[in-house]
Amino acid sequence: MKFTEAVATYDPALGIEVHVELGTATKMFDDAPNTFGGGANENTTPTSLGLPGSLPVVNGTAVEYAIRIGLALGCEIAESCRFARKNYFYPDLAKNFQTSQADEPIAFDGQIDIELEDGTIVPVEIERAHMEEDAGKNTHVGGAAGRIHGADHSLVDYNRAGVPLVEIVTRPITGVGERAPEVAAAYVRTLRDIFRAIGVSEARMEQGNVRADINVSLREGTDAPLGTRTETKNVNSFRSIDAAVRYEISRQADILAAGGEVLQETRHFHEADGSTSAGRVKSDADDYRYFPEPDLVPVAPSREWVEEIRANLPELPAARRRRLLGEWGISELEMRDIINAGLLDPVEATVAAGAGPDAARKWWMGEIARVAKQKEAEPAELVSPEHVAQLQGLIDEGKLNDKLARKVLAGVLDGRGAPAEVMEADGLQIVEDTGALEAAVDEAIAQNPDVVEKIKGGKMQAIGALMGPIMKATRGQADAGKARELILARING
Amino acid sequence: MADAAAITAGQVEHLAELARIAMTSDELEKTAEDLGRILSSVARVTEVATDDVPATSHPMPLTNVLREDVVGTPLTAEQALSGAPAAEDGKFLVPQILGED
Amino acid sequence: MTDDLTRLTAAQLSAGLRAGEYSSADVTRAHLDRIEQTDTALGSFITVTPEQALSTATDVDRRRAAGEELHPYAGVPVSVKDVVVTDGVRTTAASKILEDWVPPYDATISSRIKAAGLPVLGKTNMDEFAMGSTTEHSAFGPTRNPWDTTTVPGGSSGGAAASAAAFQAPLAVGTDTGGSVRQPAAFTGTVGVKPTYGSISRYGIIAMASSLDQVGPMGRTVADAAALHQLLAGHDPKDSTSLTDAVPDFLAAVEAGARDGSLTGKRLGVVNQLSGDGYDAGVQAAFTAALDLARDAGAEIVEVDLPSLSYALDAYYLIMPSEVSSNLARYDGMRFGLRVEPESGPVTAETVMAATRAAGFGAEVKRRILLGTYALSAGYYDAYYGSAQKVRTLVQRDFAAAFEKADVLVTPTAPTTALPFGTEDDADPMALYLGDAATIPANLAGIPGMSLPAGLAGGMPVGLQLLAPAREDARLYEVGARLEALVTNANGAPVWAGVPTEYAAPAASTTTSA
Repeated sequence: MKFTEAVATYDPALGIEVHVELGTATKMFDDAPNTFGGGANENTTPTSLGLPGSLPVVNGTAVEYAIRIGLALGCEIAESCRFARKNYFYPDLAKNFQTSQADEPIAFDGQIDIELEDGTIVPVEIERAHMEEDAGKNTHVGGAAGRIHGADHSLVDYNRAGVPLVEIVTRPITGVGERAPEVAAAYVRTLRDIFRAIGVSEARMEQGNVRADINVSLREGTDAPLGTRTETKNVNSFRSIDAAVRYEISRQADILAAGGEVLQETRHFHEADGSTSAGRVKSDADDYRYFPEPDLVPVAPSREWVEEIRANLPELPAARRRRLLGEWGISELEMRDIINAGLLDPVEATVAAGAGPDAARKWWMGEIARVAKQKEAEPAELVSPEHVAQLQGLIDEGKLNDKLARKVLAGVLDGRGAPAEVMEADGLQIVEDTGALEAAVDEAIAQNPDVVEKIKGGKMQAIGALMGPIMKATRGQADAGKARELILARING
Repeated sequence: MADAAAITAGQVEHLAELARIAMTSDELEKTAEDLGRILSSVARVTEVATDDVPATSHPMPLTNVLREDVVGTPLTAEQALSGAPAAEDGKFLVPQILGED
Repeated sequence: MTDDLTRLTAAQLSAGLRAGEYSSADVTRAHLDRIEQTDTALGSFITVTPEQALSTATDVDRRRAAGEELHPYAGVPVSVKDVVVTDGVRTTAASKILEDWVPPYDATISSRIKAAGLPVLGKTNMDEFAMGSTTEHSAFGPTRNPWDTTTVPGGSSGGAAASAAAFQAPLAVGTDTGGSVRQPAAFTGTVGVKPTYGSISRYGIIAMASSLDQVGPMGRTVADAAALHQLLAGHDPKDSTSLTDAVPDFLAAVEAGARDGSLTGKRLGVVNQLSGDGYDAGVQAAFTAALDLARDAGAEIVEVDLPSLSYALDAYYLIMPSEVSSNLARYDGMRFGLRVEPESGPVTAETVMAATRAAGFGAEVKRRILLGTYALSAGYYDAYYGSAQKVRTLVQRDFAAAFEKADVLVTPTAPTTALPFGTEDDADPMALYLGDAATIPANLAGIPGMSLPAGLAGGMPVGLQLLAPAREDARLYEVGARLEALVTNANGAPVWAGVPTEYAAPAASTTTSA
């Protein structure tokens, strides 16, 4: 069934579980380095390998990060919570149990607002955010292209085993209808921005720092009970999340329309064609035998600690956007453009360094972005906000005009120093010697009598025709406003 | 309350699957008998475990044992793999994995 | 000469070494010789480590000669239960599944023993993964009781107890989850201590049941157990359940106990539920005789009740297997240890795990894993594991009330003396477990306990158990030292001195060298 038809017939409900790898120096329960890359099995200790006799000790910074996340999502922070063991056998799970939090998450009952492209705000309720550890990585060898089925054997690297994770689980998101795909993607994007803003993770989707499992179900109408859901695992880009939700809604609608039943199962997402395929059927056999982890003691964050973390929490993306909109007086659309370009930080820093918001935005979104694209570099790596502010300052002081400023900027972007230095070195400063300017004006008037006649006849836009020769004569360093004053004074005088 | 005394070989088979232990039917029968006997005794704990009694999961009541986030000395890959029944390319070689969570 | 050195206590050896009467190499060689002569018969050791032991000994001798400041027990040899992880030395937990495992790291207590300069003679035999109370459940064959080699040494630290009793080692490191140090100490006429939970680090101790396991020092005397406890105890940041308290001075407690009159006014609480019916007459007689000695020495004997005790055993047999089922999940043939492929059908990670665990674990281990799997499974958790954790609270409350009335509690350690081999074979498992009724409550409550010889019954040693409140391990040493002296005086010699020293060789050897 086509998506549009599916959402016209059925009401979709979403449930999203996001795992974020925390950017701590060490793992969740041992002091092995928590770093991406490096040689296989080089970042392990007896604990992350689950060797006999090894024991876990909780990383205090990971707890702090989990609390930051909980607070950023408007959650309550537990007075006391315990880790539990989730028991199941899998080769990448070193101990054959995952140390997680079961019915005692560190954070619960939150809510965040997410903003869609057109500015629509959708509130999403957070059920819980809990701490756990990542598993190792399997590479399947000998079969078809890394898929599990058909592989002869697998190779396991435990560098990722024990990396600290926080899992964030939403309550069912209902009533979003045809916007479900967009909502799912925007929700994960919002979380990604929050993780970065509060400094708990680099949150690089492409490295698997943020991974989403997307639950989708359909029901007959908004009053009907929720339908049977599928869980599409490890959808790791915003585009894929949108596609996976879209695909599942259409697929499930087909089944329901044909009088069938949706199977409760996990599904795999395929990047290539945006489809999902059946994974494991959930059954009563899923018995994880959770029990409190006897090798760890309860984590009981004092209220003082929680309040200290709250007080030091950086401004969240939504609040910052609202504040800057007010301060800068720009449109929502302009703001979204800046955010989507990833330039909010440098623009804000440039304003803080003294430039006007419009000018700061213009430089970063215009010339700097253009050159950065040419150089295949990040804009913020090419020039500092302080230099951009200085450049604008030179314009505001009348030392540069737009054209000269671009030349100065080119030098700055080439790494030739601060704007003032480049201007000085290249002699690009606007000419303030009125004698030279007057001579150029006189010369232009003498050479273009017809233009002078037009101006005398009231055609003021003809002044432009004199500006070219004047600029040429002064090598572009003439102040255009001053030249215009002189022309009118000569002609009318 | 669970019906403790009656454990069937079929239940033990399910437990053996959860616990990943291959068992013969004789072993299943014998274990069912043993577990039945043990459980009919230990089920007595419910008699005194009333709602007003809190659970004790740790014998000594400690809280907030947290570690500084400072990197220690990890094992070398060679050490990590030293006990591996099979290894390849610095990784643990395991038989093909069927089913995926 | 060598025989003399093995008959000395650790305290005497410590003094002799410091006085330069003999070298650590002499002492270590004497014990290695004794192991060589007797272990084919006894089977105390799974792995003997002569080279490492002598290398430590000569290093200590060299450093002592150079005038270095050394640990007072530097150079005194020790045996270590094979559940303690030792870097570069095979560590098996007496299981086929770890038959050839050579760990790449040291347990915290292995590091402490190394740092103190105690030569490690080898790794002692035990019930597989410490599950059992006879040391018959070892993949490497049984350990025999030096008092009578047709009887078991107790367990699971049977090898450790036998090594101390048979003069193979002056000190032995055991572990105690439900009595695994105290009961074999009782069966072998030695002293075994289960410290307060958290007193000694569990990092690198192959886990059986995490919330119950505790490393326990063993020796022939209370003073030797105290010295080993002192050396092993202390906070370990790698064990989240490790106590942060300063370690009390156990040796000072022993000295205080040795003074005449130290028992005057001390209240010894006899537990009504742990005497009389079910206890062998000989055991009861030796226990009563020891209490009489204590009373004569000024102690006040009071009666206390532990009303929840009858539920403690049940709670233990839910909590222990539950934790076992999870702790032993890692033995799957993927990262270390045995890997076995199925005889038929597809070879997948799943079938290899199942075949490995089927072949690698013994029957008792499998039984406990399955019992724990059942107790934790959905639908049963609240009734079983949840209720057992509540019983734990009740047991703690019972002890708190009892310690209002008594300074220490006293019980027979076990209802019998050492039993013949094979007693377990056809018995109801639950009836066998009853033998641990006196020792299990201390593990549930986390409190310290000690077994020391009360005398003999039918020529076999009888153990007396002392229990103290959590963190009051020093009380055990003070009262234990006094009781030990009283029993020694009454018998004219220490109980341990009466052990036979020559043993008939059994049919097959159980010892290998690394």
